[in-house]
Parts: sequence; C-alpha cells; structure tokens
Amino acid sequence: METILFELALTCYFAATIVCILELFKGSKTTSRIMFSLVIAGFVLHTANIASRYVLSGHMPTANLHEATSFFSWCIVLLFFFLEYRYRIGLLGSFIMPVVFILMLTSSILPRRIENLSPLLQSSWLFIHTAFAFIGDAAFAMAFGVGIMYLIQEHYVKSKHLGDLFKKLPSLQILDEMNYRLITIGFPFLSLAIITGALWAQSSLGTFWRWDPKEVWSLITWFIYALVLHVRLTQGWRGKRAAILSIIGFCAVLFTFFGVNLLLKGYHSFK
Amino acid sequence: MKIAVVGLNHKTADVELREKLAFSGPKLEEGLQKLKEIPGIRETVIVSTCNRVEIYLQVQDVEKAYADMKDFFVMFFDVKRDSLDTSLYLHRDMAAVKHIFRVASSLDSMVVGEPQILGQLKDAFDFALEKKATGVLLNRLLKKAISVAKRVRTETRIAENAVSISFAAVELAKKIFTDLAGKAFMLLGAGEMAELAAKHMMNNGVQDIIVANRTYERGCELSREFNGRAIRFEEFPAELVHTDIVICSTGASTFVLHRDHMQRVMKERKQKPVFIIDISVPRNVDPAINDMENVYLYDVDDLQGVVDSNISERQKEAAKAEAIVEEEIETFRRWMLTLNSVPTVIALRERAEAVRREELERFFNRFPSLGEKERKAIEGMAGAIINKLIHAPTVALKNDAEDKDVLIALIKRLYDLNGEEHEKE
Repeated sequence: METILFELALTCYFAATIVCILELFKGSKTTSRIMFSLVIAGFVLHTANIASRYVLSGHMPTANLHEATSFFSWCIVLLFFFLEYRYRIGLLGSFIMPVVFILMLTSSILPRRIENLSPLLQSSWLFIHTAFAFIGDAAFAMAFGVGIMYLIQEHYVKSKHLGDLFKKLPSLQILDEMNYRLITIGFPFLSLAIITGALWAQSSLGTFWRWDPKEVWSLITWFIYALVLHVRLTQGWRGKRAAILSIIGFCAVLFTFFGVNLLLKGYHSFK
Repeated sequence: MKIAVVGLNHKTADVELREKLAFSGPKLEEGLQKLKEIPGIRETVIVSTCNRVEIYLQVQDVEKAYADMKDFFVMFFDVKRDSLDTSLYLHRDMAAVKHIFRVASSLDSMVVGEPQILGQLKDAFDFALEKKATGVLLNRLLKKAISVAKRVRTETRIAENAVSISFAAVELAKKIFTDLAGKAFMLLGAGEMAELAAKHMMNNGVQDIIVANRTYERGCELSREFNGRAIRFEEFPAELVHTDIVICSTGASTFVLHRDHMQRVMKERKQKPVFIIDISVPRNVDPAINDMENVYLYDVDDLQGVVDSNISERQKEAAKAEAIVEEEIETFRRWMLTLNSVPTVIALRERAEAVRREELERFFNRFPSLGEKERKAIEGMAGAIINKLIHAPTVALKNDAEDKDVLIALIKRLYDLNGEEHEKE
C-alpha cells in the first residue's frame, strides 16, 4: 500500500516537473494551475506514504536512505507551499520541482525495506534531530533554486539581452532577499540539528563528538553557510556572489546527505 | 444594410489635417447630429483620436455615403476638398469590419499594441449610443470589435514590453528593485529626456528625488517641479552613496562618473545595487562601470536595443492577432448573413400564414355545420401542411451559403414577397 502511494506521489511530481519546465517556455495561468494541482496531489499522496511508514515501523521514517531522501523532498515541497502562499514568486516551481523530482527518483531506486531501528537509535532524539536537519536542508535547497533564478535574471540585466524569462522571473531584489532569508532560516536549523545530534550522542554514546564523516561534513556545510552570512553582513557579498555561494552550499548539503552515506562509513550510514 | 467606414489616420494624413478634422468637445455631438440628418445614413459612430478620425456608418448606398461624407467634412471643418482626396479612405462591408477589428486590437496604431485606442473606441461608442445614433448593426459591430480586442489582449502578448526608452528604463528598474517607492533617485543634469524618464519613475512610485545640475538655479527649479531637493553639481559624487537610481544627461563632453569613484561608492554602500541610466550623448558615465558587480549601467543604445527587441516581439505577436481578427471576421460575416435573410424568413412565414387563414375562412363558410372538434382538427392540419412546405426554404435561408443573396432574391420572386418585407429592428 505505502509503495503504491509512493509511486503515485512520484508520478504526480514527475508530471508537475514536466509542466514546470513547459511553463518556462509557454507559461499561462492554466499551466501554473495544473502544476499546482499536481504538486498538491503529489504532496497528499506523499504525506500518506510517510504516515503509513511511520505507523508500520513505529518510528520516524528516516531510518534508511530511501526514507530519508523521501522525507527530505517532502520538507522541500512543504516549504515550497509556504513560499508560494506567502510571496508568490513567479517561476519558483520551475526551479524547485526538478530538484524534488530528482530526489524522489533517487529515493525510488534505493532499497525500500522498512528497517528495524537499532537500539542505539531508538530515542525521541531521532525525531528532533532529523526534523531539524531536514527543515534546514529544505531551506538550503530552496535557496539553491532561488540562487539559480537570480543568476539567470542577473545575466539578462547585465548582458542587456532581455531573454524570454526576463518578464516572468521576479526582480533581482526579491530573489536576493529571498535567498538571504532562506539561508537565515536554514542556518539556525542546521545549527540546532548539530547541537541536538551532539546531545543525542552524549546521551547514547557518552560523547558529544566522534568525528564521524557525517559530523565532519555537516560541520563543513555549517561553515560554508556561516561564511555566506558573514561575508554578506561584513563585506556586502550580496547578489551574484551570495547566489553562487548558496549553490556551493547546497552541493555540500547534497554531499553530506548522499556522499557520506554512500561513500564513507560511520554510525550515520544506514545499513 | 451596409457597413462602411470613412476616415483618415496617421498613415494617410499629416498631423495638420488630422488636427483640423478632430471632433473635439461640442463638435462631436454637433457632428453626430448633422450626420443623422443626411438621408440614407442610418447609423453613425464617430471615432476621433489624435491619430485618427473615422466615421462608421450603416447605409443603403455606400458610394453616395462616401460622397456625402466628403461634403460633410468640407462643410463641417472648412477644409479644402482636394486635401481630402488623398487622405480619406473608404472601407466597405467585410473590409470595414476588418478595419474596425484591427483598429480596436491596436494593430492599426502608430505604436502597435498601445492600449489607449480601445478605451477611445469604447468612449466613442458609448457616446453614439447615448445620442441614439446607432442601431442593430453598429451596436453589434462595436461590441464585437471590443470583444475581439480583449481576446487579442489575452491571447497574445501584443501589449507587453515597453516600446519607448523611458518606459524601458522603468521596466528595468522594476526588475532590479521590485518596488520603486522606497528608492532614492538622482537626476544628474536636466535634459528633456531625463525629465521625461524622471516623470515615468515618479508615476511608478519614486518619491525621493535629488537634482544635481551644473546651473544650480535650474536644478532648484526642476526639483520644485518634482517635489525633490536640489544639490550643487560638485556634491553629486558624495550623494551617490545614498542613491539607487541615477538618470544622467549632463551634456558634458567627457565622463563625469568614473569607475574608480564608483568602486568607492559601492564599497561604502555595502554593494547595494545601483541602476544608472546614461542618456547623454556623448556618454557621461564610464561604460566600464557596467562590469562592476551590483551596478547596472544602461546607455541610450542599450535602452534602444531593449526597445527594438520589444518591438520585434510585438510584431511577432501582431501576426497572431491578425489570425484572431480573421477568425472573428468570419463569425461576424455569418451573423450578418443571418441578418440579411431574417426579413425574408419572416415575410415567407407571414405569406404562408395569410394563405392558411384565407383558405380556412372560405372552407368554414362553406361548411358552417362543422363542430368545434372538427374545426380544430382541420385548422391543425392546415398548419401542418404550410409548416412542412416552408420548412425547407426557411432552413435554406438560415443556413450559411455563399450564394445567399441569390437565394434570398429567388425566394422573394418565387413567393412574390416583394413589398412585404419587414425590416428587423
């Protein structure tokens, strides 16, 4: 049952992504309405899938890479709804739905067995720690999408060749502010995830920090975003530079997420 | 019942003549009144804008109406007849329909896609309607023209994108800053173009305006006009730190703003974006400034480039709009055809009805002993017979056919309907 829900959600996201990409070339009110309905349908199915996995396993469904990736995408879509509702940024979907779809596709090819949680991880810390981590990561994913939008719009204005998307993309100021705001959301959550992780390690392993690869890479990611905020405030690194940094930062997020689990070993890696 | 349009526009007449023929103020009502009095002219709408003067008509005889119109223009506006010969145009029937659809959709405008004409057309129609100068045909035509224009507006992007330099500047500013309301704006020099651009900026929300001019007094004058403040020209480099949008046209022969100065400014304002519009020729702002981050410098040629590409974009959209117009002409033509045949259909039915009544009366007089029930049955039968007989010609008349006029004439002759035709109002 939950597998079918997942497949259906994936299908909806796929269709939404196609519509999003079409929207770049031939947008109208109808296409964005279709896109939105598809994302909503996908999200409902996706939520049902996550909930049923939670019920079946009895713990937060972030116990293997399939679940974690799926939950990560879920957080991004949730944030996307929030931003659409609050700010109505033109074409945001076209830049974020492909990310969601690729994550979901990755999730779909990973083993989906519901794992028994090792006793080491059975704790309410699991919920708190992973929730913080994924909300932070979702904000960074959004900042990545907005950063790409900024670079495209910046290129148009700077080169003086106002391409097809110039009209549809929001202004540079909105994109830059949004990028900044998303990072200011993501950064505290990432910090909290690291702190709660350390506390959890202390309570279950007796030590705050073990230089596990995931911990190291999280710290690297944390430093990148700390740098983004620091140079923005002190050196005025806004606009293009901030956009590029947020793209680099998201690459670090992705590596922390997939690279560490697939390439390196540690107690964060899934069985 | 024929549609015709007589008029002139920016393509056929120079501004001098257009001015003379403008129906301004009370002249519009007077004109409508005078036109009503001309025999053979049944419906009138006068459209008078700065780029066109057109009279839409519903008439019996187009040639006569054209000659009448010429006389009218000569009399009413006191212009020479030969000046009209070359500039006045006449479109009739479907060509007139096409013309008004194109005018409403702004395909016939000087700047294709400009939005004002539709409003002007609406006003002209409302006025004619109010003065009861229109009837079935022109009401339908004008309403249709307005709906065609709306369809063009929603289905094509003909009215999008700025096609003047100052609008292009505002459009760009909005894509850099979103909302211009809180932005500080500096007018460097006081050229005419700069003033125009400043006005557009103000219309789009800019409030904080600083004027820096070589002659301080002129700067003060200008700043009062814009409700801003004037500074001495030497002070402008320092003021740049607090300025988001700069329009520069000083008439200086060299650069007044150099890259290294701008670099210091940007550092001081923590890289907050600046939009500089240099409309002076020769340029007053070092073009190398555009290579700096968060500074966007556009000179006249850059803006003209934007405008040109917008214009070619509009022309592409205009082709789509023409296709829509053609489509709508077709639906209007169909409607006109049914309008043509309506009086004939009514006459045919009345003729048949008259025959039925006459024959029934004669029959009942001969057989007065018939009961109520029988009378009803016979009446019903007679009705059924005539209905069946006129069904086929009625359908033929209502259908859309190319030889419709022939068909109408034929049926009139076959059933001897001439003289009984009722015009549908």
